[in-house]
Amino acid sequence: MTKKLKRRLRNIILGAIIFLCAMVIQHSASDINENIVLVIFLIAYFIIGLDVIKKAGKNIVNGRVMDENFLMMIATVGAFLVGEYAEAVAVMLFYQIGEWFQSYAVNKSRKSISDLMDIRPDYANVLRDGKETELDPEEVQIGETLVVKPGEKIPLDGIVIKGNTTVDTMALTGESIPRDLTEGEEVISGCINLAGMIHVKVTKEFGQSTVAKILDLVENASSKKAEAENFISRFAKYYTPTIVVLALLLAFLPPIFIDGDYFKWIYRALSFLVISCPCALVISIPLSFFGGIGGASREGILVKGSNYLELLSKAAFVVMDKTGTLTKGSFQVKEIHPAKEADISEEKLLELAAYSESFSNHPISKSLKEAYFQKGKEAEFDKNRIGETKEIPGYGIAACIDGAVIYVGNKKLMEQQGVNCEHLETGGTVIYVAKQGQYLGYLVIGDEIKADSRKAVEKLYKAGVREVVMLTGDRQAAALSVAKELGIKKVFSELLPGDKVEKVEELFAGKGEKEALVFVGDGINDAPVLARADVGIAMGGLGQDAAIEAADIVIMTDEPSKIARAMEISRKTLAIVKENIIFAIGVKVIVLILAAVGIASMWLAIFADVGVAFLAILNAMRTLRTKQVKKA
Amino acid sequence: MKKTYILEDLDCAHCAGKIEEAVAALEAVEKCSLNFLTKKLVVEMEEKNADGVTKEVKKIVKKIEPDVTVEEK
Repeated sequence: MTKKLKRRLRNIILGAIIFLCAMVIQHSASDINENIVLVIFLIAYFIIGLDVIKKAGKNIVNGRVMDENFLMMIATVGAFLVGEYAEAVAVMLFYQIGEWFQSYAVNKSRKSISDLMDIRPDYANVLRDGKETELDPEEVQIGETLVVKPGEKIPLDGIVIKGNTTVDTMALTGESIPRDLTEGEEVISGCINLAGMIHVKVTKEFGQSTVAKILDLVENASSKKAEAENFISRFAKYYTPTIVVLALLLAFLPPIFIDGDYFKWIYRALSFLVISCPCALVISIPLSFFGGIGGASREGILVKGSNYLELLSKAAFVVMDKTGTLTKGSFQVKEIHPAKEADISEEKLLELAAYSESFSNHPISKSLKEAYFQKGKEAEFDKNRIGETKEIPGYGIAACIDGAVIYVGNKKLMEQQGVNCEHLETGGTVIYVAKQGQYLGYLVIGDEIKADSRKAVEKLYKAGVREVVMLTGDRQAAALSVAKELGIKKVFSELLPGDKVEKVEELFAGKGEKEALVFVGDGINDAPVLARADVGIAMGGLGQDAAIEAADIVIMTDEPSKIARAMEISRKTLAIVKENIIFAIGVKVIVLILAAVGIASMWLAIFADVGVAFLAILNAMRTLRTKQVKKA
Repeated sequence: MKKTYILEDLDCAHCAGKIEEAVAALEAVEKCSLNFLTKKLVVEMEEKNADGVTKEVKKIVKKIEPDVTVEEK
């Protein structure tokens, strides 16, 4: 509890005691002077409500009248004037109790959200001149050596240069199984070192490190506001003035035209003023979104704005890239088939392919290199044999090896070069090799489907997604075999990178106005599609700056089932937001009507104001409760 | 440039909205967003205007929520 909260609580309790005394005196001693009772009530009133009156006064000086403090003051002073002393003090008392609970709840939720994001390292142990120095992580330079002991947070991104250990990535990925680290491996800031002492060479400044990026992203998430939030701000702008005008009308029109009983109608109008603050909505709606974003980040799902969380709940189409998203993207050479007419050995064919692709970082190229190196050829590898190489996106590679031009790629490349080759129907990816117009043979490269891909697709359909679509640059046969296994009906294959945007555009045309299109990719070469979709989700974001940059939602691990999980969280958050909007507006409208016809007293009005706000905040806090938190 | 202020003791969401609106209306301010939950006010402006904006922000906050203190980050 902060000092301010404590002071306010003290005033509330002291005032409440004096208020009770005044009530007892008023009821037990009937012969007591009316003015003495009034004075005691006034003392209680000022102890409880001085803050409100002071603020109201300052606001008037500053020329702003439509303020809840001012309205509360008018309502209570009015109650004094119509002779309802007890009610005047009670309204102020309950208003202050309600406000106090609101502040308390806001503080609490602020704290639980910041606990959730407790990944910021407080210090870094840096090795300078052979001595360990404790520094602020922001002061550490690239290339310096960090010493991280067991139990400490890794303060900056780097590479392990000494020691082996396991690290806990839970706070970053939601993954509870610790990760092993050995010398030479990259290590990401925000992980907790569990086992041994390690030395880490810093590769990024703190501002560029994973921790700083994630924190920045989550903390700034609410600057992109959801429609529901904008609705509330607009609503709040008109709500208070409307209620005040209604109260004025209620105070004077009925007594003039109906019964002339000014006291009765003014009292009812004062009840209106008590309900005039839209606090319940103004606090609880952003809080719900923030809680949802916080809860998601706890599970390794980073959401860049509440608007994306809102859109995700409306997802009708989920378009997924195949390689790296649904499949592991770790390719392996499965078969090598030299062409009969080419007179070339398996080994030689693999060698040519591996040499041609050796400068490319494409997963398929890497698999060729790996397969070649696995045969014990790493020592023999001679870079000088490679001449000019050219990557042809969507086709393959043309490379000059030992002075001859080698084409390595898909069937389209062979056709483009006028090479005759076999037509094949296999589930894997087929890579053809040709040397100066002559067909040499092909290699089959297989990819593995991720363990939870099937479940992910199933869960997406269950969550109400109309269609899951798979896009891939891969051949039709390979695409169809993966799609069949996963239960995906709509597949577009053999797409060049540019085609993907086009396909997404086509899907946009078939989508309803209130529906959203989600694209999921690995964030590396599908940035245009990620940007075009309503919500772009990048998978496997841990340590990948490009993915974090390009996407609206980043999934830190590479499990596709988290997409469905993100949808669940967004649905839950939106459900809570709706509940709060309906509950708060509903209760206020009902109480307004009841107050107008004289059934609701000021007591009920004060409940409609602060009680509803308090309940709405409690409800909003449910968004924070995700599975992981429950387990802990 | 982007500048971040921390509004200590900010506990009224409605007032936060008012502060955000008032700061956004300042001539030198290009863009601003106030996050009620992290108490952070992020203001985008030209560097040469930074001192003036800081003064204005403090004035606005003082006016709307006298209890809140503005810290520069």
